[in-house]
Order: sequence, then structure tokens, then C-alpha cells
Amino acid sequence: MAEKYVGKSIKRNEDRRLLTGNSTFIDDINLPGMLHVAIKRSDFAHAKINKIDVEKAKALPGVVAVYTADDLGDYWRPGPLQVPPPSVIKGAIFNARPLECIAKNKIRFSGEPVAVVVAEDRYIAEDALDLIDLDVEILPYVGDLEKTVAPDAPLIHEDLESNLAADVVQEVGSWEKAVAEADVVVKKRLLVNRVAGAALENRGIVVNWDANLNLLTVWATTQGPIPMRNSIAKYLGLLENQVRLINPAIGGGFGPKIMSSQIDDVVIPWIAMKLKRPIKWVEDRRENFLGTTSERDQLHYAEIALKKDGTILGVKDVFYHNTGAYNPYGMTVPLNTQAHTVSNYRVPNFLTEIKMVFTNQMVVTPVRGAGRPQGVFVMERLLDAAAEELGMDKAEIRRINLLQPEDFPLRSGIIGQDFVEGVLDSGNYPYALEQTLEKIEYEKFKKEIQPKARAEGKYKGIGIAMFTEGTAVGPYEGCKVMVGVTGKVSVVTAYSNQGQGHYTTFAQIAADNLGVKVTDVDVVTGDSGQWSWGVGAFASRGITLVGTAIHNASLKVREKALNLASKLLETPVDELEMEDSVVRVADIPEKFISLGDLAMRSNPTRGTVEPGMEPGLEAASYYGPPHGATGFGSLGMIVEVDPETGKINIERIVITDDCGQPVNPMVVDGQIHGGLQMGIGEAFYENLVYDDYGQLVTASFMDYLFPQATDMPDKFEIIHSQTKSPLNPLGIKGVGEAGAIAPPACMMQAFEDALGLKDMFITESSINPSKLYHYVQKAKGA
Amino acid sequence: MKPAPFDYYAPTSVEEALDKLTELGYSGKVLAGGQSLIPAMNFRMARPTALVDLNKVKELSYIKPTADGGLAIGTMTRDSVVEDDILVNERFPILVNTIKHIAHKQIRNRGTFGGAIAHADPAAQLPAAILLLDANLKVLSKSGERWVKATDFFIGPFMTVLEPEEMLAEVVLPPMAPRTGASYQQVSRQKGGYAQAAVISTVTLDGSDRVKEARVALFSVGESALLASKPNQVLAGQVPTAEAIEEVAAYVAKNECDPGTDIHGTEEYRRNLVHVLVRRALIDAVQQAKK
Repeated sequence: MAEKYVGKSIKRNEDRRLLTGNSTFIDDINLPGMLHVAIKRSDFAHAKINKIDVEKAKALPGVVAVYTADDLGDYWRPGPLQVPPPSVIKGAIFNARPLECIAKNKIRFSGEPVAVVVAEDRYIAEDALDLIDLDVEILPYVGDLEKTVAPDAPLIHEDLESNLAADVVQEVGSWEKAVAEADVVVKKRLLVNRVAGAALENRGIVVNWDANLNLLTVWATTQGPIPMRNSIAKYLGLLENQVRLINPAIGGGFGPKIMSSQIDDVVIPWIAMKLKRPIKWVEDRRENFLGTTSERDQLHYAEIALKKDGTILGVKDVFYHNTGAYNPYGMTVPLNTQAHTVSNYRVPNFLTEIKMVFTNQMVVTPVRGAGRPQGVFVMERLLDAAAEELGMDKAEIRRINLLQPEDFPLRSGIIGQDFVEGVLDSGNYPYALEQTLEKIEYEKFKKEIQPKARAEGKYKGIGIAMFTEGTAVGPYEGCKVMVGVTGKVSVVTAYSNQGQGHYTTFAQIAADNLGVKVTDVDVVTGDSGQWSWGVGAFASRGITLVGTAIHNASLKVREKALNLASKLLETPVDELEMEDSVVRVADIPEKFISLGDLAMRSNPTRGTVEPGMEPGLEAASYYGPPHGATGFGSLGMIVEVDPETGKINIERIVITDDCGQPVNPMVVDGQIHGGLQMGIGEAFYENLVYDDYGQLVTASFMDYLFPQATDMPDKFEIIHSQTKSPLNPLGIKGVGEAGAIAPPACMMQAFEDALGLKDMFITESSINPSKLYHYVQKAKGA
Repeated sequence: MKPAPFDYYAPTSVEEALDKLTELGYSGKVLAGGQSLIPAMNFRMARPTALVDLNKVKELSYIKPTADGGLAIGTMTRDSVVEDDILVNERFPILVNTIKHIAHKQIRNRGTFGGAIAHADPAAQLPAAILLLDANLKVLSKSGERWVKATDFFIGPFMTVLEPEEMLAEVVLPPMAPRTGASYQQVSRQKGGYAQAAVISTVTLDGSDRVKEARVALFSVGESALLASKPNQVLAGQVPTAEAIEEVAAYVAKNECDPGTDIHGTEEYRRNLVHVLVRRALIDAVQQAKK
């Protein structure tokens, strides 16, 4: 029996290429005659545009063209809305205000594009930016999540009655009933801060228009190549196959690269066609902070109703969600918050309300976690507060309320980001909790380690938090699998890859079904010239959706190969085996035909074929789940805090994660490492801060602290629990966001536990040594 | 993040460099390791008309022992070279410890000893270190050399007494007295990141464990690196008791620094840090002196 790859931590196919510098990233693409773009961005957060004077910029030697919204004429239009709101939620309000690719008449956030310079090189283009004169009437800035919907707030979109972008109420059971039956109700006001999806590589686009071929080639760092290809085609009046969108190698995505209908994909292709020259725009880091979407930023008024014994009766959560100046991404993020608030626990009554508000800030679209960390933060903080109130242990209050294995599949009653009622497909939450508690030695820590440390003057604490990760939502993904004449296998999908390990994990699935070495499987991602259907990399859906499609397509190819071999070898299919890149007769090893020869024979070039014959050892397949697959887990942390300085040290991190069947556990570990680092970043380092005038004051890595390898603990202790998803044949679930979800909730609990101050309760998801110091001072009554 | 246009000169000798600086006057700017200047130029916060790059001036890179037991360090000596130098490790271990807190090794491989001093970033380690160690600075111009005490060198944030046609050429560190202990204390949000407050101190004890001299330098808590005067006033001639050190630390935090509030921390918090770190630095330095 040949080696099976699925479930094994094999080394990655792509690493040799990446580590030896032989991958092509967006900025490596240089075409003859290529021009360079720099974007003039507004320094004002809210202003009426009187005049944009670009004459001096145009006159600078080396500048080819300068465009403002007015120069775009009829081509300028807002939108489209990238994600529509679900229509199934009764009473939901959604005021759609999609992005404007370039500001016309009005500026709504600092960093919004107002002009585009095209020049012979990027240096000249940036010099020209300095020469553009922006004459504006400054309007009052609105940034506060509550004040922006006050009656007297200045309007960001004047055609609306207020800055309310959406209002969505979802209720399961009756919160009123829960309160009536409760022994205690605990209320908290909780803040979740805004973070960047800071990828190693920023965004970029290169466009080349070939008028002879009628072909627009676009290289872009997008996470959604097919939707972007389609929107570019529609904008420019081209057929889809007249636009070839290629993902080069991409250095991380983390969400913001899913956004399209921005200046890069709307205006730059238009300019390339107009000027008939290739054009490159690669965002720099400052621009990424100012011009690329970000996420979190919610304010929650949350309540939990319980019985004296700690049993949850209900949860109520009314929250403000900052969508920034526009809401092109619909309600994905706050719906995800609603779907991930109570999803670990038996909560019979749950009332949740989104108040999505416009502000004069960068637009909010998903960043790894995408609404889930907010829901988890709120629920876990409520449980911590309730445990304090009831004098219960933090692990125990979770234990007694967890959903039990027999509760699945569970209809949640909450409409999620995929516009259908959530179904938690499978789970074993008690196992996940106990695994982490055991590994981190929770009881021993509380009884021995913590008191001993305290006696030595050291403040050590432990935190434990649960999370779910709704993954693998629809609508669909697809692929094409083909055996080539060399016997090597080609897997082609339009899914985009930003470093997730797809060239290995996708290959593992195909290799198992086709009996070839994993290194003989070539995976192509994100090239609409090779495969033209798909949606995009978001919601931790790649391995489940594309992986399942590859599984199904490769089984079809297997069947084709076996049928053809059966004829050629004159042996029934059930007596054949397929391994080592050949099909052989099981009992007669010397009687075989190679996959390469079969591929050759599958495409006859003379003679006649049978009716209905399909050439090639090739098959396509699509997979769209009825609803998502539920990843879940628990996170434990031990920290030490210096109460005098607020300095912290993370001593241990234990995570139990369940993503069903891991295709490559090493790759899963990598996803969890990165996720944890982002989650720790959110909790203790990263923070996008706007000043009182709406200027982003954290527009560089000098001010926006991104956690570095040297800030991380020596190791992450990872336990894989494997509750297979019943939704797909391999039992897989996503994992891309798992690590990023629970760290803020877990860390705040651990800090409080370390300091052991009775009235200290951290109400925000992001703190720093200074804030920690002030929490301590406040709790001590200083 | 591309710099505005500038002229670029790469002299190969001190003489040539000084000629160029004289010619350029206020238009010229010295480029040393570039770890601060280049990012500032890429952000277009700094827009020098011309750069005089000293990286090809080999004669400015050296570490020489002085006869009295101190050291002379050429301005273009890389931080990592100072950090790894045997003589520096023997004579000024506190300097090595201080340099290890400058960003990360890759940055120290480019950053220069004199460059960081001439740049005079109030959040930088080396200006504070040379205040602490009472260094003498050799300043060259076409018209000759002059010597400036470290305590007279810094006049504000990113400002020194250097004239446009001058360059900092050498830093001379006088020897450490016997029975001197030293300590480096900082709180930064990240390893290798800017300090929210930092303290470097030396304490020299006499034969009966009384303080001969206590020096406390602070950075990241004012408009430039600071040398506190209270510690020596209170502790000189005294046995450094916990109470005396606490008194000094509280005083310095209240009166001898000027931290502001920013997105990373409040003034109150950072004064508290000065208090805690001065205390810890002095206690540690006393212990080191007794070893």
C-alpha cells in the first residue's frame, strides 16, 4: 500500500522556491515601458472638496498624467457593494454606501484617495504628490461610535437621516424571560479596539492592456481573484475572458486583500487602457495603514443572566460596530460577532443587536478573526465577571455551561455571514476544555504554583477561554484536476494563496486519490486564465471547499483512468490498483500502464471515439456546503505581571484546536502560531489610533507595534482534537483564524488573576503596560 | 515612501568630507549608518538637499585604548563592533549592555556609534550612555578641532552644538573608577523597541562601602537624554540605604525628568517608571560595585 499523505506533517512543496528567492511577487513584475502610480490621499478626515489643482504636478518632468474624480467622467461611480446584506433577517435596516474609488466632492476619511499620479518612476510620482494643491472646506470629524449617531452629529452621507449604517436585532428565546428567572444579572461595557491586517507584503497591482489581443492582464495581490476579475471586466465593458487576473506569489493576506472596487482595481486598469502602457502600483507601508481596510472597533453593552449555581439563562448584547466611512462589505463582520458570541455554551435566551455606524475613519472589512474575537471577548468577559460575582472558579463556570457532544448538530437561530441560519455542525467542547486544563496544569497552578510565586513576590496568573470558529462557508469553490502525459498531476483552482500552504495540502489530497507522489502534484492558484470560477480566500474556507472539490475531482479522474486502464489491460476495474503513478493488475505487478501513458491514450489524435467520450484524464468539480463547519477550541495562558511597571511575560500558551481532520498538522500548527501571534498582538501591542481630528497617528511600525518573534513565548503548546465534520468526505474544517480569536479574552483574565485585585476588571480587548498600571492604581483606590 | 530628490557625495577621507560639508553649509547632512536618517527621508520628514556619506571614510572607524584606561571610539564604528569588542567588554561592560538594547542586531550592524550621538534622539541609548560615562567628544571642521563635553553636547530633541560644517569624529570615554557598579534598566513595549522610560546608572563605592559617586542618566523621558543631579547630591559620602535610594528615585521621577503622554503611556505612568527604574538601577549598581 502506497503512502497516504492526508493527515501527515510533510514538508511543504513551495518552500524551496520561496526560501531560495525564486518566487515572483507583485513588485518583481517589471514590463517594458511600465509606468508607476502614486496616489494622493487626503490629509483631512471630513471635508468638502472645493478644488483640486493638479497643474503643477502635471508640469513636473517625468509625470505622464494626473487624474482626479472629475477626469474620470462617466466612468466614476460608487461601488458596487461587494457583499450585500442578508435579506432574511426580519426588520433589519441596512443603508448601503459602497466605496467611492476616488473622492468626488467630499472626503469622508483621512487617507481617502483624491488624485492619481502616473509617472516614469515612483520617485517622480511621489514628488508630484507634493505639488497637488487640495482646496477644501473642513467639516467636523466624527469618530466616536456613540456620538456619531447622536441627533446633532454631522452627517457623513448627507442623503441619510443619520450616521446609522445598519440595525439588526436577532433574538433566540426571550431575554426578558431570562431576566425574570435569573438570580443575578451582570452588566459590562466592553470595548474592542481596531487593528490592521498587517501582512508582510502590502497590496499591489500591475496592469497590461494588449489592444491587439483584446486582453487585459492584471497581476494583483487580491484574495478574491475571480470577483475582482469580474468587476474589472464589468467596469471596462470587457468579457470575463478578456481580463486575465493572476495572483503572483503573495506575502500574506489576513483579510484586507479581499477588498475590491478600490482605486487600484477600478482606476488603474482604466488608466492602463487609456495610456496604452503597463502600469504598476505597489502600496508602501504608510499607505497600507492609511489606505487599506482594517477591523474590530466595537463597543458592547452586554449582560448575562444566571442562576445562583452559575447556569446561564440568557445573554443580551447591544453593540456599536464602526464600519468607517462606507460599508462596502455589508454586514459580514458584525453578523460574525452575533454568530460567535454564545456559540460555545447552552444559552437558551439570546438577544443581540448590531448598531452599525458610519464614522470618518477607514472602512472596516474582515481581518483574520472577522467579528469572531469580538463575540468571544464579550462572552468570555461576561463569564469572568459572573464567576467573580458568584464566587465560582473560571474554569468551572465554563464547564457547567458548555454545549455537550450530543447537542450537535445545533441550529443556532442566528443568521450568519452566509445568509442562512447558523448550524454548529459538530463538536466536543468539554474535551477541548479539559485537554487544555490538563496540559496547562490548571489545578496545580491555582493550588501550588501561583501561591508559591506570590510568596516570592512574583505575580503569576492563568487564563482560560473557549472559542468557536465558524469556517468553510459558501457559496462555493471549484477546481480542475488533470493527469498530464508525464504522469504528473495538475491541480488548478482560482482560489488565492497568500502563504497558507495550499501547494502542499491541496497536493496531498490529490496525491492520495491518484496514487502519485505529492511532489508530482503541481498546484496553480489564482489565475483566471487557467481556471475561471471561484470566490475567494476568506472565512477559513480554502482547505474545506477547495480541498473537497479537489477530492471529488481527483476521484473522477481516478475513475476515468481506471476505466481506460481496464480496457487497455483487459482487466476489470476492481482488480486494478493505482499507485506509484501507474495502474497495475493487483495480482500481476508486471502488468501495468503508467498514468502518463494513460493520459496520452486518453486523448486520441486519429481514429474514432465512442459516443459521449470525454478526452483527457481531467475532471472539474465544485463544492458548496449547506452551511459552515464549526472549528472550536480552548486557550490557556500563564502570564507574569510586574505590578510596578506593567511589564508582562507570557510563560505558557496551551491551545486545543479542533479543525476536524487536519490535512497537514504542521501546516495547521503554522496557522495557529500566526493566529495566536495576531491575537496576542491585538491584546497587548497593536492598536490603530485616530486623534481628535481623525488623523491616524499609528501609520508606521514605529507607532503601530506589531508583535515580533522576539516578543513571543518560546513555544506554543498545541493539541489537535479531531471532531470530523459530517459535511464533507474528508471531515475537514478550516483553521485560518482559530488562533487569533481567544487571546484578548484569555490574556485579560490571566492579567487579573496574576494581580489578584478584587475590583480590577479589564473592559477593553487591548491594553498596554501603562493601562495595566492604571488599572492596578484604580483597583487599589490610588 | 521614496525620499525627495537630494544630491549625494561619498568622500573617502575626513579632509574631503570636511571640504564638502563646508561647501554645502546648511544644505548638507552627514549620512552615517542611516538607521534613523533614511527612514526619516523616506517619510519625507527629513529633506536634506545633499548627503555627505561617511561610509567610505575608513579612518573614522576604530576603537583605541587610551593611556589612562579609557577608550577612544571613532564615529563610524558600527554599534555591533563596539558591542563585540573585547576592550569595550573589559573596560565598559555597561556600554555593551546598553548597546544590546539598541533595536536588533541587524540594525546595530549598520548603525554607528557617533551617528546615534550626533542624531541626538531623546529616546536613544547612546546619548544617555555618554552622559553617564562623562565622555569627551572630538568635533572636526575645516578650521580645526574642538573638544566638547558630553554634558554640553545636547541642546534639545535632535539638536546638538554641531555646526553644519562640523562633524563628530571621535568619542573618548574616561576610565571607570575602581569599585564602580553599573546597571541598565528600561521598560519598552517590545524587545528592541523604544523605551517608555530607561535609566542607566553607575555607583562608585569607597573602601567603607560609602558612595563616592552616583551617576544616573535617563532617556525617553524628556527632550533629550538627561543626567540627574539629585542622586549624587544625596548619596555621595553616604551609605546607600534603601531609604536613601527610594528618596532619590522619587525625587528624580518628580523633578528631574519631563515625560509626556502619548499613545503608549501616560505621563503619570512614565514618571512612575522613572521612580521604579531609578530605584532598581541604583540598588543593582550598588550590588555590582560590591562584587
